[in-house]
Amino acid sequence: METIIENEFVRELANKHGRSRESLIPILQDLVVQNRFLSKQDMVDVARELDISAADVYGTATFYSFLDTEVRGKYIIRICKTISCAMKGKNEILSTIEDIIKIKLGETSSDRKFSLLEANCIGWCHKAPAILINDTPYTELTPEKVTEILRDYIRK
Amino acid sequence: MEHKHVKRVDLIFEKVECREILEKIVKMEPDAICQEVLESDLKGRGGAGFPTGMKWRFAANETGSIKYIVCNADEGEPGTFKDREILDQVPGKVFCGMAIASRAVGAKKGYVYLRGEYKFLIPRLNEELIKFHQMMDEFNHNFRIQIRLGSGAYICGEESALFESIEGRRGEPRNKPPYPTSIGLFGKPTAINNVETLVHAVVIIKYGASHFKELGTKDSRGSKVFSVSGDTPKSGIFELELGMSVNEFVEEFGDGDTKAVQVGGASGFCVPRKRFEETIIGFEGVPTGGSMKLFNSTRSMYNVLHNYLDFFTEESCGQCTPCRVGCQQLLKGVEAVKRGDKNSKYLDELVKLAKTMKRASKCGLGQSVGNAFGSIVENFKEEIIY
Ligand SMILES: Cc1cc2nc3c(=O)[nH]c(=O)nc-3n(C[C@H](O)[C@H](O)[C@H](O)COP(=O)(O)O)c2cc1C
Ligand code: SF4
Ligand code: FES
Repeated sequence: METIIENEFVRELANKHGRSRESLIPILQDLVVQNRFLSKQDMVDVARELDISAADVYGTATFYSFLDTEVRGKYIIRICKTISCAMKGKNEILSTIEDIIKIKLGETSSDRKFSLLEANCIGWCHKAPAILINDTPYTELTPEKVTEILRDYIRK
Repeated sequence: MEHKHVKRVDLIFEKVECREILEKIVKMEPDAICQEVLESDLKGRGGAGFPTGMKWRFAANETGSIKYIVCNADEGEPGTFKDREILDQVPGKVFCGMAIASRAVGAKKGYVYLRGEYKFLIPRLNEELIKFHQMMDEFNHNFRIQIRLGSGAYICGEESALFESIEGRRGEPRNKPPYPTSIGLFGKPTAINNVETLVHAVVIIKYGASHFKELGTKDSRGSKVFSVSGDTPKSGIFELELGMSVNEFVEEFGDGDTKAVQVGGASGFCVPRKRFEETIIGFEGVPTGGSMKLFNSTRSMYNVLHNYLDFFTEESCGQCTPCRVGCQQLLKGVEAVKRGDKNSKYLDELVKLAKTMKRASKCGLGQSVGNAFGSIVENFKEEIIY
């Protein structure tokens, strides 16, 4: 007989949000808050809780850029690359960030503290260039300002 | 031609006692609410500009006891950030607008679909929502609102994709018809409105349709909240009377060297300097969900176009071929022209492709890629080629 190891956290989330299809995305969102990404096992366990196929869970998750299925760091830095930020020095901010946390765009640091990703317009164009670190927006960035912000995160 | 200057308005961000509005609407017949909004000529502020009163009446006329009100707070159009400010400054007014809609339509449940990038607003919204629900109880008005978060997908701002997302699926737009007012969220009649539209409804109920109509033009009544960015010394959020020309706008917001204004974001139109005078910002000219981006002569319009095409290529849901492949081909195409691998005639082919996308794509995303593409290529051909 197949032994099923209980995934306590997934069960808790299903209890909290419910087990109907409309609960799927809130459950996946909470998993990402907890682990920063969706592991294969978590997706299988969510599928079992909601009684849908794992492929369906995977297919839904991969549609959304914030529902990552790859390992990500504790702090996910998303740098806006859309036009206003591009015009106002996004490239300089990007290379500053790369220098400070010593990873390239698309990478996650080996200690899994940081991931560096791009995003499309995050809604702060009048205060470009802008980034998100997890849920927090930082705007009107200069190389000095972003350096200071990241130093704080490195110390955390 | 009469020259009126850009006129600032303060209706959307004005603090309002929602209790007074609710007192008023619980005494009004639902159809009288639809009628008042219809008479105001309010058109949706999310971009498409459908008459709000008509939308509400369609939903109201549907039989069936389950109906929904949805507030579209996905705000993903590049250059648009006014809904964030509205939700931050006057969240109670947004909920109040939803309550008005619920009374008009006969809905007991509402959803706010907030883009994931605005998650930091949630504590503030929840705090306000508790007060709002208490007020609903006081007035014995059976209406509850739930906030749902997006997860980083521009297409989920398209109404039917937004429904799919709330229902727990990939945000892939549905075929239309049927329209949301008959078959919307969970297959039920749904009135979906932009954040700003709902706040205008509050203004209309407070001051009356005739007062609302005093501002604006025949085709574009009232005021609009604009998101101004790019090469301007005055970037930010401004509520302005509708009906101004691009020229008047540039006189107010330009840096003295404006060569083009992108009206309506990546899915909108590029207006070059020679058309500033004749182009009205509004439904009679270039419509906008609020995004106004100014470019001065130091900017390469090739870079602007490339940035937009990159955006669409990433954000296309990929469900239909004209849009999925079309976006990729337009992007590759302009790159090839820039490199010199293709001659300038090839640009005409690409313009034709963009026109085909307009006709053959399933939703507004694929249908509007050609707006920016056509208007930038037409007006800045040399910058694309050389
Ligand atoms: C690709 C795409 C993205 C959209 N994004 C938004 C959005 O972020 N916010 C919004 O209010 N409407 C957006 N819309 C328009 C909605 O589909 C819908 O027309 C609108 O929410 C209706 O509200 P209104 O009548 O109050 O404008 C989008 C449409 C398309 C095609
Ligand atoms: S037009 Fe584009 S975004 Fe819209 S359904 Fe087709 S592929 Fe998806
Ligand atoms: S373009 Fe970067 S926040 Fe809008």
